[in-house]
Amino acid sequence: MRRLLPHPWLTLALALIWLLLANSTAPGQIVLGLALGWAIALFSRRFWPEPVRLHRPLALLRFISVALYDILTANLAVARLIIGRPERLRPAFVWVPLALTSDLAISLLASTICLTPGTVSARLTLDRQYLLVHALDVADADQLAAIIKARYETPLREIFEPC
Amino acid sequence: MVDVLLSLLILIGAGFTFLGSLGLARLPDFYTRLHGPTKATTLGVGSLLIASALYFSAHGPGLSLHEVLVTLFLFITAPVSAQMLAKVALHLNLHSVAPPTGDPPPVAHAGKAREQGPPDHPPMPVYPQSPE
Repeated sequence: MRRLLPHPWLTLALALIWLLLANSTAPGQIVLGLALGWAIALFSRRFWPEPVRLHRPLALLRFISVALYDILTANLAVARLIIGRPERLRPAFVWVPLALTSDLAISLLASTICLTPGTVSARLTLDRQYLLVHALDVADADQLAAIIKARYETPLREIFEPC
Repeated sequence: MVDVLLSLLILIGAGFTFLGSLGLARLPDFYTRLHGPTKATTLGVGSLLIASALYFSAHGPGLSLHEVLVTLFLFITAPVSAQMLAKVALHLNLHSVAPPTGDPPPVAHAGKAREQGPPDHPPMPVYPQSPE
């Protein structure tokens, strides 16, 4: 089973992407999508050193909706900062200590940070203990790190890492 | 009715895309300029894509969901490019309005910001040797 179907989630995701690309849900397309997903996952398995394990798939849905909502509010906030007076901005670099260990979870956290409230992740230390985040307008750096940890990191830990 | 909604979405999209580009001109340094394209543009392109999906669903043969795929790819690639740009900027020690932070605090004092004498710029990253 492990050898024949090394990455079930990847197969499923590729099949879904295929259906979106073909823009149809005809049975033939579903079979073709699953076959492609299976074959691509099988042939590219050396790219994926460790299989993705979702410990709580429902928490992932919740995380995605929180992230989408934050993207919406972040857009409005950044738009307001751009229209406002740029001299009054308080940009800062903040080190965020990481509790995550898996590569996938860290890259998801970094991407979410890039998409949400006035922050861009800039650098990860080699030992994966800290993420350097650049923020557009910071009143309190410690508070920003705490918000990022509570809002994004904790759910990602629940989803991708066994507790 | 649909047309009104479509025009509204396109106007919102155009507005946010414009704000994102305006950010490039108005913000003071490279790092803050990164924020314009990564955020304001996401919502701008997002509403344009919703408008496109609505238009082709209303006037085309059936539901059109290609745009979901565009959104997905955009959300995957935008953060990666922003992050690479930020990393390169740190590597080149570009001038930053933000005060430099110095090295990360030692792990034993996780969570506490370092107080004393940071270097003028964030430190140069050292890239790892590729494994094996």
